[in-house]
Amino acid sequence: MERRQFLQTLGPAALTTAAVAGCAGTDGETSLDNTPIPTDQMTYRTDPHTGEKISLLGFGCMRYPFRPVGTGENQEELIDQEAVNAMIDEAIAHGVNYFDTSPVYCRGLSERATGVALSRHKRETFYIATKMSNMSPAARSREASLAMYQNSFKELKVDYFDYYLIHSVANYEIFKARYLDNGILDFLLQEKAAGRIRHLGWSFHGEKSFFDWMMSPECGVTWDFVQIQLNYLDWLHATGRNVNAEYLYGVLAKQRVPAVIMEPLLGGRLARTNYKAQKMLQQARPDKSAASWAMRFAGSPEGVLTVLSGMTLPEHLRDNLRSYCPLEPVSEEEKKLLEQVALTLLEFKTINCTACDYCMPCPYGLDIPGIFLYYNECLNQGRFPGDKSAPDYARAKRAFLAGYDRHVPKLRQADMCIGCNLCRPECPQFIPIVDELVNIDKFVESLRREG
Amino acid sequence: MLRKTRIFLASLVGIVMTLMFLDFTGNVAEAFGFLAKIQFLPAVLAGSMLVVVGLLVVTLLWGRVYCSVICPMGILQDLISRLGGRGRKNRFGWKPAHTVCRWTVLVLFVGLIATGFSAVAMLLAPYSLFGRTVSTFLSPLYRWGNNLLAMLPESVHDYWLVPVEISAPAVATTVTTTLLFLLVAVLAWRGGRTYCNTFCPVGTLLGCVARFSFWKPRIDTDRCNGCGKCARNCKAACIDPKAHRIDASRCVACFDCLENCPSGALKYTLPLGKKGVETTTEIPKSGLERRQLLTLAMLLATGGTSLAAEKKEEKIKFDGGLTKLVPRETPTRTVSPTPPGSGSPEAFAQRCVACQLCVQGCPNHVLRSSDGLKTFYQPQMIFTQGYCRPECHHCSDVCPTGAIRKITESQKETIQIGYAVWMRDQCVVLTDGVPCGNCERHCPSQAIEMVPSDPTQPESLKVPLVQVEKCIGCGSCEYHCPARPQSAIYVEGTVVHTEKVSEVQEDEIGNAA
Repeated sequence: MERRQFLQTLGPAALTTAAVAGCAGTDGETSLDNTPIPTDQMTYRTDPHTGEKISLLGFGCMRYPFRPVGTGENQEELIDQEAVNAMIDEAIAHGVNYFDTSPVYCRGLSERATGVALSRHKRETFYIATKMSNMSPAARSREASLAMYQNSFKELKVDYFDYYLIHSVANYEIFKARYLDNGILDFLLQEKAAGRIRHLGWSFHGEKSFFDWMMSPECGVTWDFVQIQLNYLDWLHATGRNVNAEYLYGVLAKQRVPAVIMEPLLGGRLARTNYKAQKMLQQARPDKSAASWAMRFAGSPEGVLTVLSGMTLPEHLRDNLRSYCPLEPVSEEEKKLLEQVALTLLEFKTINCTACDYCMPCPYGLDIPGIFLYYNECLNQGRFPGDKSAPDYARAKRAFLAGYDRHVPKLRQADMCIGCNLCRPECPQFIPIVDELVNIDKFVESLRREG
Repeated sequence: MLRKTRIFLASLVGIVMTLMFLDFTGNVAEAFGFLAKIQFLPAVLAGSMLVVVGLLVVTLLWGRVYCSVICPMGILQDLISRLGGRGRKNRFGWKPAHTVCRWTVLVLFVGLIATGFSAVAMLLAPYSLFGRTVSTFLSPLYRWGNNLLAMLPESVHDYWLVPVEISAPAVATTVTTTLLFLLVAVLAWRGGRTYCNTFCPVGTLLGCVARFSFWKPRIDTDRCNGCGKCARNCKAACIDPKAHRIDASRCVACFDCLENCPSGALKYTLPLGKKGVETTTEIPKSGLERRQLLTLAMLLATGGTSLAAEKKEEKIKFDGGLTKLVPRETPTRTVSPTPPGSGSPEAFAQRCVACQLCVQGCPNHVLRSSDGLKTFYQPQMIFTQGYCRPECHHCSDVCPTGAIRKITESQKETIQIGYAVWMRDQCVVLTDGVPCGNCERHCPSQAIEMVPSDPTQPESLKVPLVQVEKCIGCGSCEYHCPARPQSAIYVEGTVVHTEKVSEVQEDEIGNAA
């Protein structure tokens, strides 16, 4: 089964963002709350520049559901437009008005699907955010970047963007290559002056010094908003080269720049936590999902404009709506609990993959996020065949290997990684992908060798 | 009582042997492997004198009970015959033996094996025909059913049932098996054991012995009222009621006649003495004596072993060389490697009865049925879905004929069945300009070294260098190679397998010190 299918069959077990996989049971994830979701209770935040009310839940368009089309050799996967339409309609009916997409999301199909779904609604009922995603060297020239910009209007069927972002810049060198050398930053500022971009901002994964520089007068641009990764794990325990969210948010709050939040659930890792963390959360609020805690945490700071969650299934959307219709901010005590949970999460040596798919497609056929998701899930659910003297070791080993073969087709598994390292610069979480794959391969091989 | 015992045992053997070929985990095959190993032809080819002599002795004592309770094809024919004759009694009748046909087939059979066309000869062999029938028709159904059932526990992430791959059958082999099975099935449906007494080489051979068996059904002429009921219910068509004669060479000891006789004139006994006669009087044209027949069987049995021994003495010849570039699915190998334990591809082709037991159970999806003429239906090694993993020796455990001899895990690491050949112009390091080395990382015998592609530039991208003397030909490199459609590194079989001098393990050094 391919990963996409797998995610879909998993269904209601997973909450927000597609990232769920694994060898584990689905218990504990499903929201026990089946009460109707009110349509008039959405929490809104005010944009300080325009005074417009932005829904606290922002619809992330990076994790749309796919479905296979055609048969045999000609089979390809396309976005399930009907499912997207239904989800977006439901979101709008409950007060969601912020939609965040990018030309590169969902194999380049996200903008079109979003455009199709939103064109069925009045333009003034939603705010749209898209990005200058000229990461790949081929897209960096002025011409290619302009073409990308113009194409976004066409795909989204709009004549202005409410929010436009400089997409995922990590350091000055990248910023210079993608926006200064080709004059695109100046172009975007002109577009803003012309009114086709109503708010100009940028999204950040990277070095602290660069963040500081971007927010300093030296940069020379006053940003209307900044998109940062914020959740209760990244608040104090950012991984890779990422910066603690407490710091990032502090800088933005001080300058009164609205913060748009991404990865509130870390691609589902905070929706399906390990069993220890799950227990802690459930004991505090038995009828709430793990995801709801993370969403409430991300939405609580007043300077947060909206919290983006990439949603694949209606269940993801509904659980998120329950968290924000209306928002019940986390109390100081709850914050302390979440810090404890964060420490518990760190005990498990999971891989910090958020299944954003930036590393994909791997030219050599690997399903990188699929491998990581499966590995993490087994770790989190305590189904990892670790202790050889344990009475159920043989069974655990068998289940682990069988599940691996099921969730990741053999020719897409970690042993097929050739170490070309083309994926490394793509990862916004700065995961040493090849090293991790080699480690998983070695582990799996050692299990198989035992016979 | 005898009949009921026969039916009970036959059902048991039939069910277990069917499961043996269906069970892709290989557990049934490993637990009940002895059932395959006591099959006559496999035992002859394996050189298991004990089994061969045992079977001959059993036949000499009790007649062809082998054909009724041990041979799975015989059991299957009984089942088909039973279905074919549902509700109809008295549907058989005495027929004279097709002696010429029987002996022609047997001679042809031995001749084909002797001249190296084992695989063709084995098309007629009963045990392997059974194996191929189950593998071709039932196995896909079984696997499909398994996959269906597996969906349920899998949805809750339980893996006590694991879905398995159902490989598409090859046309030539499927057609052959279908035709042969249909032939046997139609014969069985209409006439009972026609195949066993006309074509089956094992049946002919055992028939020679059974002719002289001590226990056999005998007609007490004093009691016989000549009703002929026995003959009309004899699926072997071997009872001539008028002459009060039973052709013991064709009798498969099913004991049906004993229960059918209204006057109790039929008894399964030692010779009755003068009073009741009737042993075989139909002397075979070859006129062989019992002793001579035994010798013949012995010779046949030993012949199988000597064949393999002869080949081993040949010199190791590495053909090597790059073969034509072909799609990855089927690299053209000069010598197709055969599983470790088979000695050499030629010895393997001679001994293998193509029963599919190893193909069905290969956990790494390496063994597939061949459709080459000389190796028809015999397993061949394909490295597209997996490779011959170092810890696995399942095929050597289950092979009943000794075509793949039993090997241990440590032997598995040292037997060289082939060696890797690197094809420079396919290698992604050179075609894509990326670092790779996946073959080197996954080589279980450390036979691949990565060296600079440009010897004058130590920093240039590295390409694999195969150390042939270390390589065992497991196919890991071919499997792990990212090049498409052809793997840039593939396994070439060796003409004769050799066992490398194994490296002393570190822990062994420790022990020695």
